[in-house]
Amino acid sequence: MSQSTLPQPKPEIGRPRRRIVGEQKVTGTATYAAEYAPENLLHGYVVNAKITKGRITGIEERAAREVEGVVEIMHHLRRPKMGYFDMQYSDIDAPPGSPFRVFYDANVQFNEQPIALVLADTFEAARYAASLIEVSYEEDPFDVDLHKNLDKARKPKEGIDSILKPMPPDDYGDFDRAFGEAAATYEGEVYHRSQHHNPLEMHATTTVYEGKGKVTVYDKTQGTTNSQMYVSSALGLKMSDVRVIAPFVGGGFGSGLRPQYQVLLSVMAALYLKRNVRVQLDREQMYTFGHRPETLQRVRFGASADGKLTAVSHEAYAETSRFEDYHETVVNHAGVLYPVENVHLDYQLVPLDRFTPLDMRAPGGLTGVLAVETAMDQLADRLQMDPLEFRLKNYAERDQSTGKPFSSKELRACYSQAAERFGWDQRKPTGQHPRRGNRLVGHGMASGIWDAIMLPAKATARLTTEGKLLIQCALNDCGQGAYTVMSQIAADELGLPFEDVTFEYADSKLDASPVQGGSFTTGVVGSAVKAACFALKDKIFHLAQILDGFPLGDALLPDVTFTGGEIVLHADPSVRIPFTEIIAFNKGKALEVSKTNIPNPIKLKRYTRNSHAASFVEVEVDAQLGVVYLTRAVTAVAAGRIMNTQTARSQILGGMVWGISMALREETLLDHNMGKFMNTNLAEYHVPVHADIGELDVIFVEEKDDIVNELGVKGLGEIGTISMAPAIANAIFNATGKVVTQFPFKLGDL
Amino acid sequence: MNNFHYERVTDVDTAVAAATGAGNSYLGGGTNLIDLWKYDLAHPEKLVDLNGIDELKEVTELPDGGLRLGALVTNNKTAYHPTVQERYPLLSRTILAGATPQIRNAATNGGNLLQRTRCYYFYDAASPCNKRVPGSGCPAREGHNRLHAILGHSEACIATMPSDMCVALAALEATVRVRGPQGERHIPFADFHRLPGEKPELDNTLGEDELILSIDLPARGFADHHTYLKLRDRHSYAFAVVSVALGYELDGEGKITTARIALGGVAHKPWRVPAAEELLVGQAPSEDQFARAADALLEGASGFKHNTFKIDLAHRAIIRAGAMAHDPSCQRPGAKPSL
Ligand SMILES: Cc1cc2nc3c(=O)[nH]c(=O)nc-3n(C[C@H](O)[C@H](O)[C@H](O)COP(=O)(O)OP(=O)(O)OC[C@H]3O[C@@H](n4cnc5c(N)ncnc54)[C@H](O)[C@@H]3O)c2cc1C
Repeated sequence: MSQSTLPQPKPEIGRPRRRIVGEQKVTGTATYAAEYAPENLLHGYVVNAKITKGRITGIEERAAREVEGVVEIMHHLRRPKMGYFDMQYSDIDAPPGSPFRVFYDANVQFNEQPIALVLADTFEAARYAASLIEVSYEEDPFDVDLHKNLDKARKPKEGIDSILKPMPPDDYGDFDRAFGEAAATYEGEVYHRSQHHNPLEMHATTTVYEGKGKVTVYDKTQGTTNSQMYVSSALGLKMSDVRVIAPFVGGGFGSGLRPQYQVLLSVMAALYLKRNVRVQLDREQMYTFGHRPETLQRVRFGASADGKLTAVSHEAYAETSRFEDYHETVVNHAGVLYPVENVHLDYQLVPLDRFTPLDMRAPGGLTGVLAVETAMDQLADRLQMDPLEFRLKNYAERDQSTGKPFSSKELRACYSQAAERFGWDQRKPTGQHPRRGNRLVGHGMASGIWDAIMLPAKATARLTTEGKLLIQCALNDCGQGAYTVMSQIAADELGLPFEDVTFEYADSKLDASPVQGGSFTTGVVGSAVKAACFALKDKIFHLAQILDGFPLGDALLPDVTFTGGEIVLHADPSVRIPFTEIIAFNKGKALEVSKTNIPNPIKLKRYTRNSHAASFVEVEVDAQLGVVYLTRAVTAVAAGRIMNTQTARSQILGGMVWGISMALREETLLDHNMGKFMNTNLAEYHVPVHADIGELDVIFVEEKDDIVNELGVKGLGEIGTISMAPAIANAIFNATGKVVTQFPFKLGDL
Repeated sequence: MNNFHYERVTDVDTAVAAATGAGNSYLGGGTNLIDLWKYDLAHPEKLVDLNGIDELKEVTELPDGGLRLGALVTNNKTAYHPTVQERYPLLSRTILAGATPQIRNAATNGGNLLQRTRCYYFYDAASPCNKRVPGSGCPAREGHNRLHAILGHSEACIATMPSDMCVALAALEATVRVRGPQGERHIPFADFHRLPGEKPELDNTLGEDELILSIDLPARGFADHHTYLKLRDRHSYAFAVVSVALGYELDGEGKITTARIALGGVAHKPWRVPAAEELLVGQAPSEDQFARAADALLEGASGFKHNTFKIDLAHRAIIRAGAMAHDPSCQRPGAKPSL
């Protein structure tokens, strides 16, 4: 009998499944970092500096100490011992430089720098006492203005982060000549201010003091392993004395990729006072650390009369702090998206007296593609070509910037499927759509590209004594659905129903995991889970082979199927060995395998590995008042295998909203005279509301990729955001003839 | 947020007596006061909670054909009150253009009149601000001033009054009825809020310890021809960048007999210029006529780095509002701007 006649359970992978923790999240039963309530908990409230640069010369704490319930006030003069070397503060995601050290000394390096911590019996007492602390400073002159300091721009220092965020390749071809000879050219700028992540859950850490210098840390983080390493090395603790747990994270968007200051303060205070301590930031304090960097870009694109892109110059100037060289991959995308032969790229940093920027959803890609894809539409307009036709004419069959083939690339299918769903054939040239009442109508499209990154990761798979499956990894999840997808991968690998798989996660005592970011979690950790499950399967099979009576004869692994908690022999499907029988044979003991999945760098390096997307949007723009309405948008995504169609769709929808926000809503306003951000709350920092969003539609294009990883998965966390913002800008141009150069595009900008 | 005394009162006289004295504050819905407190900008010693005063929670007909809106009626109850919807749809629309349902369910009519400006610098305890600390300076002049005034501002202050509701109340010529230790008085709405001048710390002319009892609407509600046009930085849940409350009445020949135009988001108080409204009387509503009125209304306007666009925008908004008012039924209520 052949295998095909065996009853095959519907595979888990590719199925829509609700997040296994979804119900807990929406019913309020999920416990977040600030909600753990150990006995005798002390509450910490942070005092932030009110100058931008200088030194603390005095901290008057008398009035604060008189507030009932106040237990201690900590700052640079009252704290436990801290590490001396920069290395000790360098977390996994740290850029080159000298990481900020909270409470290290009297120096103030940026406005709102945390400088003291009030610890009290209640949060309210701590916060009130904090307002009574008077700090005196010696102030130094400072500069936070990007535009005024462009002459100080310089190349970023390179560090290990350049592996994931490559610097621009050297120039190739002859840009100046090609641009000079181009039949159509476009020169323009794209500028956006800083933006903050604004996850709904604010950063918080609850530290349980376990005695003898040991701590259990409930942290808001995107990487329990990263927090554990950071805390232990900064405070000189043994890794094994620090356990970080973070099962629920109320949104991250990158804000938790680096351990933030509240985690160190919470642990520091717990060690200092030998007590349980919670430090929770308030919404305003969420604007006191990393953010998407303010960036100014200049593009010069040239094309031949028949619509071939011949010259690309893309230059970017981004803010960074004076102490770290945060950088992003901003200018590399045009050379990958389009087969252009003459390319000049430059990416420079302008160090300013601000905190170091931090990866924020689609870092670099969102910024850079915005400039590339709006420039493409300007060129198309000058060539009197349809923007989609122009892109198809310049479709890259291989990555021109490196000469490598793509591991897979279904962008063409993204274009055609989204165009059809949208009705792109109805598009008219700029300014020629019929009006709807007072409103001009515009259609716009843009491409998106993001990296498919691969890293090593480790996971453990255990066949429990009940014959069920337990998967373990320190990975934690901000809400995308990783726990669910990992369980789906494991279920398919061992042929178990989804319900028989348990996933233990978000605890640093489990197998180390990379941070959850870069859209690589499913590919990276998923591959480790798959590898661990495969190894477990192998182990189970080996025991099955030597069961009493040798029921499998001389069958090998390919000759059996794992299904429904049993091993079934293809040659005789009446031979079925339940996992429980294997456990019994193993003297009732569970079977366990840990596996590190190490990608093959030589194989990967031969290919350019990207996910792609295309967005098509319609806007209406009030002709007299300049109000922009996004009416509808379609995004098609090619990102390899789609593991869970429900969580995948949610990722892309969220990404599209993020793109709307980039195009039309969010920015943090920095006051250059005071050196501080001003709209630091959710009433004044505008993210989209329902009325801003219009109808959104998502298409997943089929894409098979045997290169990127064992699962053929490219990740979905960022790709959905990237093409939306330029598509909206292009639609505004199509409606009004106005080139959008500053984002977000707001009332009064028409 | 400091420790404080809390007193819940059930009648007006006790409330006034309880609040008399420095450091005491009335509490309505708390949607503004509590925020200010947490931001370390307000430090009440005693809180007199008005929510137990039933007589201030009513909407009642007045003998002159007007309507009395109790100070403790919530913004949402007011907006959805059948009489308000029928006779003062301008007010209803205007309230619903503000904040969110959750905030409007808590916010009271009295509190709405007294909400403080949304100037970023006012809200930041560490910034100088003449409104908060007289004489300390005004960083908004050189800083981020998109939300700020283009009319009636002073050297000392360029903040705006943020309320939507008050823009409609100005257009409707409401009266604010208040009671203090010295007794009861009635303040015409045009005199309630003030321009900053040299005393930006004073938002309005309410005396210390005075309690708002009600907002009294006159009979004329412009139910046939009115609009509230709110232009903002997102389609819901954002304060006005520019807003226009506009109403007029027509005679048998389609000529305007009375017109009202009030602007929000442009000054330290809802901006009205009666002479501009007079220009419309006797005219058939038309784009040109509203443009003339807009010219008069915006005379003397001057902007700053980030808000000069509001002068032109306000002009266009007035013209559009004039057209919208002609047929209020075409306006979509709710989240989207009523365009
Ligand atoms: C995030 C957010 C968004 C918002 N968006 C908008 C918007 O788009 N448009 C808009 O118009 N508004 C908006 N608001 C403001 C909202 O309308 C006001 O906060 C609300 O109307 C205030 O009413 P309250 O009853 O809560 O006042 P409270 O906070 O209770 O009081 C405000 C002040 O009035 C005093 N007070 C209250 N009642 C009386 C009384 N009867 N007599 C004398 N003094 C009194 C208090 O002592 C206090 O000083 C927003 C508010 C928030 C928080």
